[in-house]
Amino acid sequence: MSIAIKAENLSKAYQIGQIGTGTISRDIERWWITKVMKKEDPFLKVGEINDRSSKGESDVVWSLKDINFEIEQGDAVGIIGKNGAGKSTLLKLLSRVTSPTTGKIKLNGRVASLLEVGTGFHPELTGRENIYLNGAILGMRKQEIDRKLDEIIDFSGVERYIDTPVKRYSSGMFVRLAFAIAAHLESEILIVDEVLAVGDMDFQNKCMGKMEDIGTKEGRTVLFVSHNLTNIRQLCKSGILLVNGQIQSKGNARNVLDDYTHSSTKLSSNGFVKNFSLENQHILSGQSLKMLLKFQNDYDLNNNKVLVRIRDERNINIIRFEINAPRRKVHNLRIETEPLVLTQGSYHVDIGLTDQKNTRWIKNFIEVGRFALTGLDTYGVGRIFTNKMAIITPKFDYSFED
Amino acid sequence: MTADTSDEQWDLIIEGKSALFDLKFREVWHYRDLLMMFVKRDFVSFYKQTILGPLWFFIQPLFTTMVFTFVFGNLAGLSTDGLPQPLFYLAGITAWNYFAECITKTSTVFKDNTHIFGKVYFPRLIMPLSIVASNLVRFGVQMILFFGMMAYFAATGATFQVTWAAALFPLLVLMMALMGLGIGLVITAMTTKYRDLSFLVTFGVQLLMYVTTVIYPLSAAPAKYKYLISLNPMTGIIEAFRYAFLGQGQFSLWSLSYSGLIAVLIMFIGVVIFNKTEKNFVDTI
Repeated sequence: MSIAIKAENLSKAYQIGQIGTGTISRDIERWWITKVMKKEDPFLKVGEINDRSSKGESDVVWSLKDINFEIEQGDAVGIIGKNGAGKSTLLKLLSRVTSPTTGKIKLNGRVASLLEVGTGFHPELTGRENIYLNGAILGMRKQEIDRKLDEIIDFSGVERYIDTPVKRYSSGMFVRLAFAIAAHLESEILIVDEVLAVGDMDFQNKCMGKMEDIGTKEGRTVLFVSHNLTNIRQLCKSGILLVNGQIQSKGNARNVLDDYTHSSTKLSSNGFVKNFSLENQHILSGQSLKMLLKFQNDYDLNNNKVLVRIRDERNINIIRFEINAPRRKVHNLRIETEPLVLTQGSYHVDIGLTDQKNTRWIKNFIEVGRFALTGLDTYGVGRIFTNKMAIITPKFDYSFED
Repeated sequence: MTADTSDEQWDLIIEGKSALFDLKFREVWHYRDLLMMFVKRDFVSFYKQTILGPLWFFIQPLFTTMVFTFVFGNLAGLSTDGLPQPLFYLAGITAWNYFAECITKTSTVFKDNTHIFGKVYFPRLIMPLSIVASNLVRFGVQMILFFGMMAYFAATGATFQVTWAAALFPLLVLMMALMGLGIGLVITAMTTKYRDLSFLVTFGVQLLMYVTTVIYPLSAAPAKYKYLISLNPMTGIIEAFRYAFLGQGQFSLWSLSYSGLIAVLIMFIGVVIFNKTEKNFVDTI
């Protein structure tokens, strides 16, 4: 197998904080040091890894730092990581929207990137005109679009409105048309960023099907970023896990996903919780969830309420409970839930602290932990329900009567 | 791991730094269809849901000519080289407008298209090129107005003649396009970081018009300023334009080649700066 994408020591630095005052003098200083005196750029040297929650010393952060990987032709790769881990930056570099600070990416084959569907759609133009415009923006030649026009219109399912300006479209129709164009790109490498979180259930399934075809039947290389682990599990053969701009693990998709769900979160030093951990990051439906919160030394809970929330991967809140905290300092809080009769999927845990009347958040931490839940054939019907079909699977009594 | 110098074949290598003079014209050529799409989009979206449609292109030069005729022709009594005043002003305005539009529209390319540029890659130069091409359509429509005006004045017996220099018309347009585009590219590249420049553009272009021979002929300029006004590369072009279609103006091949040289130079500088900026502007804008 030949290599389609190879990244070598890829890094990207961003300046955070204000850009504006003092930039000219800084630019001149920088130019003087690097170009005239031939020294290393002082503003890059002080950069540190991108840990969002801790306060850094400098105003340069490395959104990506020394990334190395190779992707084989025809591979479907999922890129996962928390918000701010560098996923989008990586995709931006790969799709040439911005360029790396240091390092290289080498590519074989045409690249089409879908960081968004419908880029450049003009509301006044008709659906047909927008197919040509958007197709050209994505790198298609006119003859290519001519050839695929019927197929695209057919896939989108908006044939009746194709000569109507897209500003009259419903948002669903808009997205369908946009995805249809993207799906018919003829590139060897396809880069996709969470665009599937659109359209109705039907269309989402159609998109997933198309994506699978692209990866498996057409033998093209697909890079896929999503927070929806089910989609990643379904589409990708291998994965890359990014943490704070660095690769934590890569390889087989299943292993990488496990690494991701099992990573316990270190919380920032200014929070009330020092550490949060789940005893089991992988449970079966019907088991209970055990978690442990270690409080910051000397943090006074002051009679507030600790709030725990469990979300599914579509960000729907499934469970929420609140605990009255004592008016004193404590070390730990141990929680064990009742058996969770949830459907198969992965879940996030958020914790927070609110005042007694729930009028304001005192602290709020999103996604301190994750766990995967494996469904069971609860009803003995030879079927395991995933969280796409239902949310909970409670037992029930039933009887047939004559 | 093998060294970088090995003979691996890659279609594309993405790096932080690129050669200063890598102008990527080949890539731009590959995306020529996109350029046509943008031109079509600009044109169609301009007149959709309007009653007068492309007729709007006539309104602005027509009214400006009327105002100029009144203010500079009648009140101030500036010379028009013996040409009918409306014809004289319209010639200047039509040509100047093309140049001015090229500057002002391309000077906001990065700012106006951050959304598209931030999501998908295509050679960024396509966008300003398409603006210059769309303006060409508009310019063409306005030339029809100009020709109509010429026909009208010919019928009423005014004296002017079209000269052989009209054959140079495409060259004049090209020079204006290159110069307008070049200046616009420099400005848009600078405004990604320093927003201040964008305030300068609108009134800068307006002031520039007064040191170009739009509202007065070069022949009427005071002797001590004549030299300075001729240094402005647009002067030679406007004068040649008037000489070509109306037979009056200080046409000289020398000043035209001077304008051509400056145009190519500005364009070159513009493209180099633009290409240098396009790689990372998404991070700073």
